[in-house]
Amino acid sequence: MGSLYRSEEMAACQLFLQAEAAYASISELGELGLVQFKDMNPDLNSFQRKFVNEVRRCEEMERKLRFLEKEIARDQIPMPDPKEIPNSPEPREMILLETTFEKLEKEMNEVNVNATTLKKNFLDLTELKHILTNAQTFFDEAVLDQSQISEDSGHLLNDADGLQGLLQTLRLGFVAGVVLRERIPTFERLLWRSCRGNVFLRQKEIDTPLEDPNTGEEVMKSVFVIFFQGEQLKAKVKKICEGFRATLYQCPETANERREMAAGIQTRIEDLNTVLSQSLDHRHRVLVSIADDMKAWHMKVRKIKAVYHVLNMFNVDVTQKYLIGECWCAERHRSRIETALRTGTERSGSSVPSILNRMETTEHPPTYNCTNKFTKVFQSIVDSYGVAGYREVNPAPFTIVTFPFLFSLMFGDSGHGVLMFMAALAMVVMETKLMQTKSDNEIWNIFFGGRYIILLMGGFSIYAGLMYNDIFSKSFNIFGSGWYPHPQRYSEHTIDHHKDLTLDPTNNSDYRGHPYPFGMDPVWQMSLNKITWLNSFKMKISIIFGVSQMFFGVILSLQNSRYFRNSVNIFCEFLPQMLFLSCIFGYLIVLILYKWIAINATMSACAPSLLIDLINMFLLNYPLEPCSSAEFYDGQKSFQSFLLLLALVCVPWLLIAKPIILKRQHSKKQVQLLNNNDEFEGRKSTEINLDGETQTSKQKDGRKDSHTGHEEEEEFSFGEAFVHQCIHTIEYCLGCISHTASYLRLWALSLAHAELSEVLWNMVFRVALKMSGYTGLIAIFILFTPWAVLTIAILLLMEGLSAFLHTLRLHWVEFQSKFYKGDGYLFDPFRFDKIIEVSADD
Amino acid sequence: MTVPCCGPKCSAFCAIISFWGIIMLALLGIFFYIEAPALAEDLPIDEDVWAAGNYNYTYVSDLYKQVAVNCWIATGLYGATFIFSCIMLKINLRSSYSSS
Repeated sequence: MGSLYRSEEMAACQLFLQAEAAYASISELGELGLVQFKDMNPDLNSFQRKFVNEVRRCEEMERKLRFLEKEIARDQIPMPDPKEIPNSPEPREMILLETTFEKLEKEMNEVNVNATTLKKNFLDLTELKHILTNAQTFFDEAVLDQSQISEDSGHLLNDADGLQGLLQTLRLGFVAGVVLRERIPTFERLLWRSCRGNVFLRQKEIDTPLEDPNTGEEVMKSVFVIFFQGEQLKAKVKKICEGFRATLYQCPETANERREMAAGIQTRIEDLNTVLSQSLDHRHRVLVSIADDMKAWHMKVRKIKAVYHVLNMFNVDVTQKYLIGECWCAERHRSRIETALRTGTERSGSSVPSILNRMETTEHPPTYNCTNKFTKVFQSIVDSYGVAGYREVNPAPFTIVTFPFLFSLMFGDSGHGVLMFMAALAMVVMETKLMQTKSDNEIWNIFFGGRYIILLMGGFSIYAGLMYNDIFSKSFNIFGSGWYPHPQRYSEHTIDHHKDLTLDPTNNSDYRGHPYPFGMDPVWQMSLNKITWLNSFKMKISIIFGVSQMFFGVILSLQNSRYFRNSVNIFCEFLPQMLFLSCIFGYLIVLILYKWIAINATMSACAPSLLIDLINMFLLNYPLEPCSSAEFYDGQKSFQSFLLLLALVCVPWLLIAKPIILKRQHSKKQVQLLNNNDEFEGRKSTEINLDGETQTSKQKDGRKDSHTGHEEEEEFSFGEAFVHQCIHTIEYCLGCISHTASYLRLWALSLAHAELSEVLWNMVFRVALKMSGYTGLIAIFILFTPWAVLTIAILLLMEGLSAFLHTLRLHWVEFQSKFYKGDGYLFDPFRFDKIIEVSADD
Repeated sequence: MTVPCCGPKCSAFCAIISFWGIIMLALLGIFFYIEAPALAEDLPIDEDVWAAGNYNYTYVSDLYKQVAVNCWIATGLYGATFIFSCIMLKINLRSSYSSS
């Protein structure tokens, strides 16, 4: 575990892998997850790379797996996650997997096609059966109707040949069929209209729904019989039936034939049912047998594909036997990586070892911060704003303390702090169990990911609440208040006849003489000027903490300059910045502390007004009236003028010194290079002059190769450097003032929080407490829940989120702008577990 | 009782709120009982009755005790709610375990 103070030292390495050992070595590195590969073939598209066939095979396997997954899901078989993640498979296992998947896919397809055919046959037979059962009733009805109409026939026609007789006498034809139930009305109407009422439709609904073989849905159908006379009507009827997608069936006219047919159909239906159920059973059994392996197979295929993607990034040696690649890795992980490579070589049975060779490069290395589960969230907060440059001071370890601290200044209520702490504690204690149940809920994931920071925020808030003496908007009196009304000044008579009285601390008249030892005196809760007093106090501590954090930021920039051996920055940026900040805001802090310590209540009429004094310092204005703006220590005028002068001197120092020194450094370097050239070539050129930068750079072009390890000097433009420094100066100086004022949000939010808490208590819970007797009891029981829910919703969630955001802003802007460059990129190693996690979300 | 009348989330929520209610109302009752001045503004003081009693302190003291007893009875009620919601939670867990 490296240090979090700066990012890890990275090494750019070249990797030589033998072609046989390549796959095994890369899969070992993938399990290790410590190496970031560089793409050596960025200008090749995916079809031109070496291992494109293997990748294609993997994608084909994935397609088959997806198909099988869909079939399994259709049968609603659960697919459990494998207990442990399988290791990356050997190349020969890939062929095995391919054949297995192909066999399974073929089998599934066959079974599905057969099932569809069987279902279609089943449907036909079922419909025919319904027609046959209902046909008898239709024909009977028809006969009855006809016999009623033709009364002159005299006798009822015999059942057995009733229909036949009828048909012969009237030369009626008929068709029987089945159609969707919802189409019957339109069907009937169309038949009536188109055949001009000369056809005769009888229909009956089928009670059981039938399954459509193609879609698998269940539909309701009806049986119908149409009687017509003549060939033309027959043709029309048939066309209309086609249009309505009604299936027509041959229905025999005699009852005997119908009975035989029905019996035959019944046996056929039973046979078909048996076959169908057996084939579905078989399908189900096959799916169940592979359901357990599905996820493991998926992971294996993904691993194979990932390894081939990485292999595609390598270059192939001329002899076609070696793969050469480049990678980034942490310096202290090199031995582990070499061990992994050796394991890979052994696994593949190759005899030639792989070589990891460190190389020098001018590229910027990636930033790699080794974090554990506790520091991960703080590092991610810093990285969200900008990833630290390589080996820059990492703000994350300081954030672990300053973030919850500034949050607690804005949130300061012990009761809410306890609630927050408990909630986070619950999440932390049940961590392992909660991590296994992967949730899709974004909000829950955010809260769970930040459980450690919420834990710290809650803990610090408990402390801040004790300092502000604010627990659910009430104060605790643990040690005895420092204020006590003097019995001689406050008789019963005085107290009875005055609504408000002012306690006077001068000369210990209403003051015990010693303050409340820890936190805010509880008497302030009941005083009318509580907010006025707390405002002054909270504003001053906000300024003190804010300026301290800014000082700390400037000191961190010193650490950066020292590490990168940038002495120009130390003299031209750090010193003027430090002086500027100290002279103005350091002095302000000293004044605040002085006012707190040296001024007591007897001097309160003429207590120095610090803000006015600061303004007067800048305006060099020292009035004698009013006494709060007058001088309050000897030599104040000269000392403050001196500080002002010092601060003003820092501005041009910050502005001009650095560009000038850089320009001189650059010219000196040019001269040095030219001298080296002259000595090397053994000739002197008379056209060289120190200002001719373009000439010298032209001459240097030819000598680029002879200066290895010395980067070609960019064109140094004094104008550009000056503008850059100008921006930096203005940003810093104006930023000092605006950021100091910005820290006042620590006061503003804590005021808002305290007021909200008090209002919630007064408006919701006090209503219950103010009722006496049994109504009070019921009211307390009923009103506690809404008070609790509103506390959680408004004060914990809304205010907590708000304070979190403001603390974040204070860190990102006010603190980090003093030293942080944030121009790096994250180290993104090749890791199997990350690939599997990412694709499991799809 | 096999059919829960609250779902799993509802019963968990009720359990947590009841637990908080028990602790907080018990402490509040104690603070009212020891006559903490911070809670003086929450008392159901009737100005006329107090003025009639010549602003003596026993009136306020009695009110303190009364509100304390109210809080403690409410604690007991929330205890009952807590037990009820815990039972609901157990029933919910059992039914979801058996159905899965």
